[in-house]
Amino acid sequence: MKLLVCIKQVPDLESRFKPAADGLWFDDNDLAWRLNEYDEYAVEQAVQLKEQLGGEAELTVLSIGPDRVVEAIKKALAMGADKAVHVQDSAAHQKDPWQIASIIAAYAREQGFDLIFTGMQSQDRGSAQVGVLVAELLGLASATTLVGFSYADGVVQAKRELEGGLKGLVSLRLPALVTCQLGLNTPRYPTLPNIMKAKKKEIRPIPVADLLKEESLAPTTSFYAPARKGGGLVLEGEPSETALKLVNILKEKTAVLR
Amino acid sequence: MKALLVCEVREGKLLDASYELLTFADKLGAEKVAVLVGSDGSVPQFDGRVYLADAATLGEYNPAAHKAAVLAAVEKEQPDVVVLCHSSYGWDLAPRLAAALKAGQVTEIVALVDGGFEVGCCNAKMRRQVRPAGGKAVLTVQAGAFAAAAPQGTPQVERIDVAADGQGLTFGGYEPAEAKAVDLGRAEIIVSAGRGIGKKDNVAVIEALAKAFGGELGASRPVVDAGWVDHSRQVGTTGQTVSPKLYVACGISGAIQHLAGMKKSDFVVAINKDKDAPIGEVADVLVVADVLQFAPVLTAALQK
Ligand SMILES: Cc1cc2nc3c(=O)[nH]c(=O)nc-3n(C[C@H](O)[C@H](O)[C@H](O)COP(=O)(O)OP(=O)(O)OC[C@H]3O[C@@H](n4cnc5c(N)ncnc54)[C@H](O)[C@@H]3O)c2cc1C
Repeated sequence: MKLLVCIKQVPDLESRFKPAADGLWFDDNDLAWRLNEYDEYAVEQAVQLKEQLGGEAELTVLSIGPDRVVEAIKKALAMGADKAVHVQDSAAHQKDPWQIASIIAAYAREQGFDLIFTGMQSQDRGSAQVGVLVAELLGLASATTLVGFSYADGVVQAKRELEGGLKGLVSLRLPALVTCQLGLNTPRYPTLPNIMKAKKKEIRPIPVADLLKEESLAPTTSFYAPARKGGGLVLEGEPSETALKLVNILKEKTAVLR
Repeated sequence: MKALLVCEVREGKLLDASYELLTFADKLGAEKVAVLVGSDGSVPQFDGRVYLADAATLGEYNPAAHKAAVLAAVEKEQPDVVVLCHSSYGWDLAPRLAAALKAGQVTEIVALVDGGFEVGCCNAKMRRQVRPAGGKAVLTVQAGAFAAAAPQGTPQVERIDVAADGQGLTFGGYEPAEAKAVDLGRAEIIVSAGRGIGKKDNVAVIEALAKAFGGELGASRPVVDAGWVDHSRQVGTTGQTVSPKLYVACGISGAIQHLAGMKKSDFVVAINKDKDAPIGEVADVLVVADVLQFAPVLTAALQK
């Protein structure tokens, strides 16, 4: 069985963001980068399935982006993926989800994957489009927002998270694609021996121009910080003083403290 | 401008969020036409046309069939935009429609700005404007960003018939939410722990603060997913919706899905080391501090 996991490298969301010179995305200097959280669940699920299937599965991880995304790829390899594809694109952040999905589909179409995993969305852009678009472009069955997954005999049993704690149960016949949600599993930490092993695994570079044939359908035209409503009070300083100030405010403004 | 509004039905009932789509279309200045896979009892009440495909034969979740139903309505109406809620239904169906129409999709719109759609990004810290490139566009709108219109009027219903091909997918019904061990909905004071508390052992620090306030412990999702706090205490879209007199968010960034569960709180205090955390937008008081240092001091101050 051939498995693919699509991953994205995103900045640490606790960072300060400022618009880049082009005004269309954030300035990526001085940011710490990591594997998109939703994709960690995707990688973990794919690795668990590979373990379940024993020798007969091969797991490829794919990421689109500049050189630094190799770090995210290496993490996925150290978690247990067999090999990787790095679609080299220093301007990936300017592509819309349609273009990103087209790139992935162009690669995957040649390979004939049985099951593709993606995160339900990225933490930075949050478009929640790429996974399903890839499935549609390839004509695969797909289900989104998985918090439950099991596989047997060519069929995936999945649990989709709906609102308010309700879940939707679906089964998918392979070939298929699933998008993974927080809490699907507990992503493993790569162990040192696995990190060492990952260094020997193949990372195949492919220039983006080889795969991208599509124009953007939904371009970003500006990027900025939200206007601050500025209603709230900000307290900073020495904890004991701040705590007293806060208690006094609560006594004054709420009925819960007297 | 014409907008085709994709309404949502769950367990036989029209979801109220569908009425937010009417408001959004009005803001766009668009003519409104609705489409849904449902029944006569679940059509939205407004003065306009509604295309109705039968949920009893197609199933409530059957993306390929629902896509076909919406596309049939698109074919008849030739709308400029197809609009869905940004919900588990909407974000699942929207890209399928966008792919079929080769249309640009804009996800989770929070506002309209002279011809552009504004969406949040970077965990609500930043905003983007998106302008689809000509032709049709598929849009999803953020829950609550456009207040629901009141049900009003009687629509003209036109039926659509499409085949129920599941394209390899079979819906197996719903699994109900777990019974709530704690009803946070009634609590007057809630002190919630977020990922910023760092590790499970630190839940005790937040618990102590909750106790000093005489309130209940709540949590954001990562804290629940990690197994530090029971799911029945999760606040947010997939947890509980709360409206206490006082909500104290400890090490919580203020993601949309968390805010959706607590924004009806009367008074919000956030304790966060990041002055720019989006929770600051809804907080009456933002204490910029390390919550592990600050919470014990606050606990002591309350006990005095
Ligand atoms: C479909 C869907 C449904 C979801 N449903 C829910 C839901 O019901 N409820 C929910 O909560 N989330 C939900 N989420 C997840 C949501 O998007 C966020 O990931 C989550 O709310 C983030 O939780 P957090 O704020 O605790 O963690 P983070 O976003 O990681 O934020 C941690 C915060 O702690 C601060 N911090 C770190 N260390 C300290 C310290 N020592 N002292 C003080 N502050 C510190 C940081 O500055 C940061 O602001 C959902 C997501 C999706 C996609």
